[in-house]
Amino acid sequence: MKYLLMICGDESAAEHANDGCGGWTEEMEARGVLAGGAGLRPPTEATTVRVRDEDVLLTDGPFAETKEQIGGFVLIDCADLDEAIEIAAKHPAAGYGTIEIRPVLEGP
Amino acid sequence: MTFEDVYRQEWGQVVATLIRLTGDWELAEECAQEAFAAALERWPHDGVPDRPGAWLTTTARNRAIDWLRREAVGTRKLQELAALPADSDPPYDVPDDRLRLMFTCCHPALAMEARVALTLRTLAGLSTTEIARAFLVPESTMSKRLTRAKQKIQHAGIPYRVPPAHLLPERTPAVLAVLYLLFNEGYSDVVRTALSGEAIRLARLLVQLMPDEPEAAGLLALMLLHDARRDTRLTPDGVLVTLEDQDRTRWDHDQIAEGVAVLDSALRRGAPGPYQVQAAVAACHATAPAAADTDWSQIAALYAQLPQTPVVSLNRAVAIGMADGPAVGLRVVGQLAAGPLTGYHLLPATRADFLRRLERWSEAAAAYAEAIALATTEAERGYLEKRLQEVSVRG
Repeated sequence: MKYLLMICGDESAAEHANDGCGGWTEEMEARGVLAGGAGLRPPTEATTVRVRDEDVLLTDGPFAETKEQIGGFVLIDCADLDEAIEIAAKHPAAGYGTIEIRPVLEGP
Repeated sequence: MTFEDVYRQEWGQVVATLIRLTGDWELAEECAQEAFAAALERWPHDGVPDRPGAWLTTTARNRAIDWLRREAVGTRKLQELAALPADSDPPYDVPDDRLRLMFTCCHPALAMEARVALTLRTLAGLSTTEIARAFLVPESTMSKRLTRAKQKIQHAGIPYRVPPAHLLPERTPAVLAVLYLLFNEGYSDVVRTALSGEAIRLARLLVQLMPDEPEAAGLLALMLLHDARRDTRLTPDGVLVTLEDQDRTRWDHDQIAEGVAVLDSALRRGAPGPYQVQAAVAACHATAPAAADTDWSQIAALYAQLPQTPVVSLNRAVAIGMADGPAVGLRVVGQLAAGPLTGYHLLPATRADFLRRLERWSEAAAAYAEAIALATTEAERGYLEKRLQEVSVRG
């Protein structure tokens, strides 16, 4: 099954921006569960777009003004939710931020 | 054995097996329902089969095959299903299906209310109507909750299995918590006593399926010991009767003996956890011939072994006060009287009780009044008001 790990943190998470992933990526690559992912620039550099009545509306910043923001994402492909939980729990960001695990909608 | 008994006993096994075979929760339940309906029709004429569980499972399995045959999507599942001998026992390395079902229903990725509802539906065989009634929500709400939970299991990939050994220590408490919550739902409300019965039944099953888990036995013992006192906890008009004033001849002494035996065998494993310790406290109460014989020092020592939550600290203070005298108790309670227990009616109620025992009547009355204002159930309010009257007369 495919899951998206959304790696979230509050402002303090910025301190960890250059920490690296402490061997997590290497381990997951070796296990063959990584299917993509990236770290993200901070939400202050985000642009939000929506189209209403054919007008393109742009907003500076993230779409939701919450304290916790997505700092990166990883797409994994593993057996089940228990394995996804185990993978997410091993990610260093789980130690200071939160990681949301979302199953990816299966294709038709 | 009545049909109702067979239903209660076999439902969980039939559903659990069908889920393993088909991987489809809705289909499993539907086929189980049809199998029981068929039994209700056939058994009065043909007689109850020797192994009703096997008859029901085979019938349900045949319904599933029929259904999958009609649905092209089921081809692969159908081949797997049809390849099994009709009456096959599960292979030896497969743990009991009901245990898988229990761990899946109680997966921590599900909301607590969903875990409870799903356990009652799939393992205990309660209808959606019954569960909705027990939790005082409209049937449509409960039905949605159950559907959502089953969808999450399927879509989020919650595995249908007993977790591997390394996950058991962190997952078993979730199962025990659900069963204890169920029990308390039934125990705290006279209308919902059936839930306590189901919780005990499921705990027995868990102990049978996980004989090496002493905390499961501890929980079963705890429930048996509490439940043995059920009938004496309230007066006929619904007012709380405290342990001290309960009619001990009306306790279920066979059940107490069973609870103590289950607890003893659990404790012999030398891994006491919170449920075993709480059961030991309940056993101290249940085995005292009279309230005055209660071994309060032992109870205080047991409470000291539990994680010191505010409520545990309060219970421990009560035990110390009963063992060493109300003046000591009042002092220990006084040290607690702040923070997380603010607004909890048992804090002023405990203080009131010690003040009453010290014959400080007017202070006791004030504390009872404070407790009455905070009490959450009619039964407790009734009891506290009775006490307030007593101390007011004396004061």
